[in-house]
Amino acid sequence: MSNSTSKNKETFSRTLIFVFIICLVCAALVSVSAISLKPMQKANKLLDQHTKILEAAGLTDEANKNGVGATFEKYVTAKFVELKTGTFIDGDHETYDERSDARDVTKSSVVKDHDVGLRRRADNAVIYLVKNDQGSIDTVVFPIVGMGLWDIMYGYIGLDADLNTAKRVVYYDLKETPGLGAEVQNPKWKALWKGKKMFDENHNIAIQIVKGGAKKGDIYGVDALSGATLTSRGVNRTIHFWLGDEGYGPFIAKFGGKLNNGGLN
Amino acid sequence: MSSDTKKVLFGPVINNNPITLQVLGVCSALAVSNSMANALVMSVAVMMVTAFSSMFISMIRNQIPSSVRIIVQMAIIASLVIVVDQVLRAFSYQLSKELSVYVGLIITNCIVMGRAEAFAMKEKPLVSFLDGIGNGLGYGAVLLTVAFFRELFGFGRLFGIEILPLIQNDGWYQANGLLVLPFSSFFVIGMIIWAVRTKKPEQIEKD
Repeated sequence: MSNSTSKNKETFSRTLIFVFIICLVCAALVSVSAISLKPMQKANKLLDQHTKILEAAGLTDEANKNGVGATFEKYVTAKFVELKTGTFIDGDHETYDERSDARDVTKSSVVKDHDVGLRRRADNAVIYLVKNDQGSIDTVVFPIVGMGLWDIMYGYIGLDADLNTAKRVVYYDLKETPGLGAEVQNPKWKALWKGKKMFDENHNIAIQIVKGGAKKGDIYGVDALSGATLTSRGVNRTIHFWLGDEGYGPFIAKFGGKLNNGGLN
Repeated sequence: MSSDTKKVLFGPVINNNPITLQVLGVCSALAVSNSMANALVMSVAVMMVTAFSSMFISMIRNQIPSSVRIIVQMAIIASLVIVVDQVLRAFSYQLSKELSVYVGLIITNCIVMGRAEAFAMKEKPLVSFLDGIGNGLGYGAVLLTVAFFRELFGFGRLFGIEILPLIQNDGWYQANGLLVLPFSSFFVIGMIIWAVRTKKPEQIEKD
C-alpha cells in the first residue's frame, strides 16, 4: 500500500462517500434477504400454527400421515367469534392478529379478572371447528393467553363438541424455565388433559390443576407440574379466565352440547 | 493443506480457542448451550458470520478509513447477522424460535468483532475467511461440549433423544435442575478451561 493512498483515504469527503457506499450495500443485502425469504417465513409460521391446532384437536397422528396442510384443510374451519355475546360474526380470520387486536383500544376491553395477568383482551377471537370423518363437529379449538411465571404464554385448548370435555392443552409460545415450567410442553403432561371435564353439573368451572397430583379418577383435576408451582398456577388461571364470562363463557353457554344439533345456524 | 492453513483453521479449536483461552463470546455460550441442537445451529451461525464478515472486511481493508473502521465492521457484521436470522426463520422455524434473540446477539459476540479487528484488517481475504471458520469451530467445540453435559444431565437427552430415562417419564434418572439454568455453563466452561490448562500449562497467564 503506497503512502499516497493511505493519506488519501483519510480525507473527510472520502470517508463520507465510503461510509455511504457501505450503508447502501448493507441495506441492499438486508432488504433482499428479508423480502425474498418472507413468503417462506410466513408459510413456516402458518404451518407451525396449524400443527399446534391439530395437536390440540388430537389429530397429530393424522397430520403426520397425511401432512399438516392437507389434514388442516380437510377437518378444520376457522370461525370469528364475538366474545361478549358468544356469537359468530363475519370477519377476515386470515388477517386477524390476536396480539395487535389486544393492544388496540377500539378492538379490545379491559380485563376485570386480574389473576390472569392480562391488561386487555381482544373483543373477538378466531376459534377452530374441527370435523370428524362423518362431517359433524368433533372438537373446538380455542386460543388461550395468560401469564406464566416469566411472561405471557400463548396456547390452545381443544374441547370436545360438548364444550366440556378436554382433548389437549397445547402451548406454542412461552418463556418458562426449561425443565420446570416449560414442561407444559411435555407430551406426558399434555396427555393428562384428555377426558377431563371443565364444568360440573351446575355449569360452574370445576377444572383445577392440583399441586401434588390429582386424585385417581378425579375428572376435574390435572396434576400440577412438579417444580413449577407458579407456571401451573398461571395455566390454571388462564383456563379459568378463558372458560369464564370474559372469555368463551358466553359462547360455551350458547353452544354447549348443541353444536351438532343445528346450534350453528 | 499447508501447515499455515492448518494452523489458521484448527489452531482456534484447542490451542488458541476463543472461549477457553481468549475468554471471548461467553455470553451466548451460556444462553444457548442447554441443548445440542441449539448449540449446533448457533455454532454454525456464528461460524458463517465470522467467516464472511472477516472475508468482506479483509477485501476492503485497504479502503476503510481508520477513523470509522469499527463502525464499518459493525455495519457489515450486523447485516450478515440479519441475513443469517432471516435464513434461519425461513428454513428452520422451530430452532429460530428457540434461539430467538440470541441469533441477533451474535452482533455483540466479541469473537466476530475481535477477529475482524485483530486478523481481517491485516490479512488477505481467503486466509481471513479460514480464520473465521476456525474461530467458529473453536466456539462450536466449546458450545457443543457444554451442551453435551447440560442436555445429558439436565434433561437426560442428547439431540432431543432420551438417553437417561427421567423419573417424570417413569424412568430412573433424576434430572439435575441446576444444569438446566444458564449460569451452570459457568461451571462447565470453568471445568473445561481447567482441563485444557492442566494439559497445556503454557496457556496459563502469568500474574
